[in-house]
Amino acid sequence: MSTAIELRGVEKSFGITSVIRNVNLTVAQGERHALIGPNGAGKSTLFNLISGYMMPTTGSILLRDEVISNLPPYQINRRGLSRSFQVTNVFANMSVWENLRCAVLWAAGHRYAFWKNIDNLPEVRDRTARILQDINLTQRRDVPAGLLTYAEQRALEIGITIAGGADVILLDEPTAGMSHAETERAVALIRRLTEGRTLLIVEHDMSVVFGLADRISVLVYGQIIASGTPEEIRGNPKVKEAYLGEEAA
Amino acid sequence: MSEIASSVAPPVPAAAEKLKFYGLWIAAAIVLLLLPKIFSSGGSLTTFSLIGISIIFSLSYNILLGQTGMLSFGHAVYYGLGGFLVIHAINIIGANKWPIPLPLVPLIGGLTGLAFAMLLGWVSTQRSGTAFAMISLGVAELIASSALILRTFFGGEAGISANRTKLLRVFDWNFGPQIQIYYLVAAWTLIAVIAMYALTRTPLGRMCNAVRDNPERVQFVGYDPHVVRYLAFCFSGFFAGIAGALAAINFEIANSAYLGAVQSGTVLFATYIGGVGFFIGPIVGAIFVTLLSLSLSDLTPVWQLYFGLIFIAVVVFAPGGITGLLMMHRPLLKAGTLSRMLPSYAIAFVPTLAMIAGLILSIETIVHYTVNPGDDSHIKAFGVSFDAATPYIWAMAAILLVGGYLVARKTWTWVGHAWDDATSVAREKGVAA
Repeated sequence: MSTAIELRGVEKSFGITSVIRNVNLTVAQGERHALIGPNGAGKSTLFNLISGYMMPTTGSILLRDEVISNLPPYQINRRGLSRSFQVTNVFANMSVWENLRCAVLWAAGHRYAFWKNIDNLPEVRDRTARILQDINLTQRRDVPAGLLTYAEQRALEIGITIAGGADVILLDEPTAGMSHAETERAVALIRRLTEGRTLLIVEHDMSVVFGLADRISVLVYGQIIASGTPEEIRGNPKVKEAYLGEEAA
Repeated sequence: MSEIASSVAPPVPAAAEKLKFYGLWIAAAIVLLLLPKIFSSGGSLTTFSLIGISIIFSLSYNILLGQTGMLSFGHAVYYGLGGFLVIHAINIIGANKWPIPLPLVPLIGGLTGLAFAMLLGWVSTQRSGTAFAMISLGVAELIASSALILRTFFGGEAGISANRTKLLRVFDWNFGPQIQIYYLVAAWTLIAVIAMYALTRTPLGRMCNAVRDNPERVQFVGYDPHVVRYLAFCFSGFFAGIAGALAAINFEIANSAYLGAVQSGTVLFATYIGGVGFFIGPIVGAIFVTLLSLSLSDLTPVWQLYFGLIFIAVVVFAPGGITGLLMMHRPLLKAGTLSRMLPSYAIAFVPTLAMIAGLILSIETIVHYTVNPGDDSHIKAFGVSFDAATPYIWAMAAILLVGGYLVARKTWTWVGHAWDDATSVAREKGVAA
């Protein structure tokens, strides 16, 4: 199986504080890979590095065997990697429909076009409508994103992330702060929407992680201490000690 | 179109709605055509021309402020350079007898604005927010001061002038009479407004809004916010150049005031007062501010002070501008509860007006004693004569100001209650969010 994302000796430090230390990680094409670890382990920083929001201090990051660690976020996005944010990060004054449409435009090849009428782009309309239905926000189509409920905003966040059709998806705690029922719905949504794509997900809810992931990596103090199938991770004494504790035993 | 889009996507406007939409533009064209028939004096034609120019300029400014979220303190640079280039162009075209008629000349101004925006914008649009605002201010000061130094091009303090009537004639119009200039401005205003409206309905226009809302997120849907801001800046410069060109044609002169901070401030002012959140906001603002500046300067010597007070009042009490204030009432109108607001508005109007009258009286009295204390104390402001030296007037001013304020504060609470009442009914009817 070919690799989707590969991190080779990635380090990130802010001043003298090193946050990510010599991380090597491989995510295979089509794999659902979960990244777990205690708070402050550097999971979000790792996402920021992969998606181009920050640049690694040393080491390199590859997307389908192509080095991306020196590229700005939009270049990485155009190469087919899309991410969501832990704290909802949408276009608050624009409607749900507009939010999704903006996320579709580049992938649909319209770039910075100022000579096309936006309402006259049937394929954009089509794709936007499909995503809108996928995330179950059809009834909220014309509501400004800033006025949605928390769970709806999280769904929109995922919608924006997948709208461009990227085949490598990074989701940063998509179910954080959701009720049990909302989490279940969100997981079903994620499962459906990432079908056939590569997924790297940061998640705290262990039932979500073990239910969804093909493989799991455990990040503690900026280092990957274990990487393997859910069974392997469950049985790994180092992981038990550092993170899972009695919870998963 | 697939089944899913037709069931989920916003409905495609029906033929009737499209007709209404195009009808609106045609109606605007007819109004512009007939306006001189109703107000035919030279003064009103000049006023209309100035309003048209201000509309283009304000809308071009709103491409930055309202649509892309960039606060510029130096937009007059592109307006002024457009104006100067056009004056030079008219002189050169006239001297060489090139076959270019006057109606095409504003395009030269537009291209000038575009060229300078392309040149100066790349660096300043790297960032929005404070960095952009400061750079725009710096560039504006730089250009404005060079206008006084580079005399051969800018003509120093006197500026440079041109004769617009010497160009190739079309339909036997020499563009000497103001009525012909009015039609020239009106035509360009209509074209520019339609073009700028169309721009908001393009992929770039929508990404401008996205950059305004959240430039960070834009990067993660494939767009470079810098490029989006840069393109918006270029379009904005282009239309500002057209406005400056029309101003230069109207006055047949361009001087350093075109480029100055006052001009940059005025466009910010007009756009903001009109309302940055709606496309028509700057149009409303341009009309309002142009009319106000023309009439206020006749009524009082300190009209700029009143301008400032109005601006502060809008920023504090109505950040959505005039248009925002009107649009707030739309759900009520739909729900039929607007009439509930009217009594409280009528009641609040009286003490508010009294307060404003007291304020004006105080300002004019203070101005008399600080600016020209030796003069005759019988002064006239807003068409009303009074004696600024009598304690009777001072007392009246104080009573109106303080009393008006106290009563007005009470009545505005009633307005608030009436508002809550009216909107909750509207919400029940499902027309307000």
